[in-house]
Amino acid sequence: MSPLRTAAVRDVAVIGAGPVGLFTLFALGQAGLDALVVDALDVPGGQCAALYSEKPIYDIPGRPSVTAGALVADLVGQAAPYDPLYLLGRRAIGLRQEGEQFRIALSDGSEVGARAVVVVAGAGAFGPNRPPIPNLAAFEGTSLFYAVDDPARFRGRMVVIAGGGDSAADWAVILAGIAAQVVLVHRRPVFRAAPATLAAIERLVQEGRIRICAPRTLAGVSGTGARIEAVHLADGAGGQEEVAADALLCFYGLAKDLSALASFGIAAGAAGIPVAPASMQTMRPGVFAVGDVADYPGKLKLILTGFAEAARAAHSTLALLRPAAARHFEHSTSRGDPAARAANV
Amino acid sequence: MTRLIVTARDGSRHHVEAQDGLSVMEVLRPLGIGITGECEGSAACASCHVWVDAAWLARLPEPEDAEADMLDCAFNTRAGSRLSCQLRVGPELDGLELAMPHA
Ligand SMILES: Cc1cc2nc3c(=O)[nH]c(=O)nc-3n(C[C@H](O)[C@H](O)[C@H](O)COP(=O)(O)OP(=O)(O)OC[C@H]3O[C@@H](n4cnc5c(N)ncnc54)[C@H](O)[C@@H]3O)c2cc1C
Ligand code: FES
Repeated sequence: MSPLRTAAVRDVAVIGAGPVGLFTLFALGQAGLDALVVDALDVPGGQCAALYSEKPIYDIPGRPSVTAGALVADLVGQAAPYDPLYLLGRRAIGLRQEGEQFRIALSDGSEVGARAVVVVAGAGAFGPNRPPIPNLAAFEGTSLFYAVDDPARFRGRMVVIAGGGDSAADWAVILAGIAAQVVLVHRRPVFRAAPATLAAIERLVQEGRIRICAPRTLAGVSGTGARIEAVHLADGAGGQEEVAADALLCFYGLAKDLSALASFGIAAGAAGIPVAPASMQTMRPGVFAVGDVADYPGKLKLILTGFAEAARAAHSTLALLRPAAARHFEHSTSRGDPAARAANV
Repeated sequence: MTRLIVTARDGSRHHVEAQDGLSVMEVLRPLGIGITGECEGSAACASCHVWVDAAWLARLPEPEDAEADMLDCAFNTRAGSRLSCQLRVGPELDGLELAMPHA
């Protein structure tokens, strides 16, 4: 696909579809601006979706108790009348200026355009939590995987699965019927999975189709070129063992990575992105930051703080993009039902 | 004051005065030895993973499910692995020895 064909252009590009990114879409819509949003995750909701969707949150104003998942669903619904364009499952990796427009490079090779950018990157782009083993990258995609796209790829292979949660347990059961060997490596003998999956594992262990190595942790891999030949396990007491393998699946949950923003010219660092709180603008004119990633003296990293920052950024963005427009202010009550307004256009 | 003794990855030992009521993560974070506490103590990031000295392990409260599950996603875990954000400083921790995890 040529970048030109996939390129979308909107008034504003929002980077990050966490709770604050989602409310930013609504706030921009209220300001009369159209928006697209990019997120590394396949679903909207950021930390709320990826880390604790089942947990109730108690400090959202006006919502005495709401699960993180339900809050995300409501935020998506609240922004829906403004029809934002969701570009999920891809990371924003570059930002450059072309005349009046910002061009944002995405990890799928495409590019999108906008006249202003709101960075709502939270603690960073979600991606697989990769073990800190120096030579791992050489094997990624060939014999090391963080997700299974096509189980048939493992037919007849000697597979090691590392991890102790649902993904590790589910894939151990599925691949036991496909691979030549399945070795399940975990730091403790307890696995966290559905009862039916745990029962299946027990049965497959008895049948000799799954071997469990626990307590063991991943200590290293060796191989030739892009092919893994052995996985090294540590027993935590100074001992190591080697398991012959030609495929390694790692399920250590998700990690967050802010490094993609380092080249954006907005001084993104470990503490986040410095902004002027009166406008939420970063050091780069036209680029704003809100939510957990935005940093200024007195910052409180809470969802409710991010919501207020999103409203602030939407007003700043409007002033920047429509400088000639009358500074007419309307409360949402006067503006009326967004859904009804959307139906009338 | 409760005193903690922590061994950094470079082998240096730090004797830290810990204010009761804080989490061990909150005490260690300002030392700049690699405890970042990214999720602010909600057992959702493992950036506060420490190795607790074997002699101390049995004296600490058992990890709750959320802590154990998060440790499943941490690296270089050992029998003494804990999330320091889940350990609350109090007189009973006086003298606690910890080390920063490494390969
Ligand atoms: C267990 C837990 C409990 C919590 N409880 C509460 C609570 O009770 N109350 C409260 O107020 N807060 C709570 N928080 C904190 C709250 O979840 C965060 O403050 C909130 O998620 C921040 O929202 P955000 O939209 O700024 O960022 P995030 O939710 O972090 O979302 C950022 C999104 O941006 C994406 N992203 C980043 N960089 C890129 C890129 N370059 N390209 C594409 N996508 C990118 C990420 O993939 C992510 O989806 C809790 C957090 C945790 C982990
Ligand atoms: S600070 Fe995140 S798990 Fe302890």
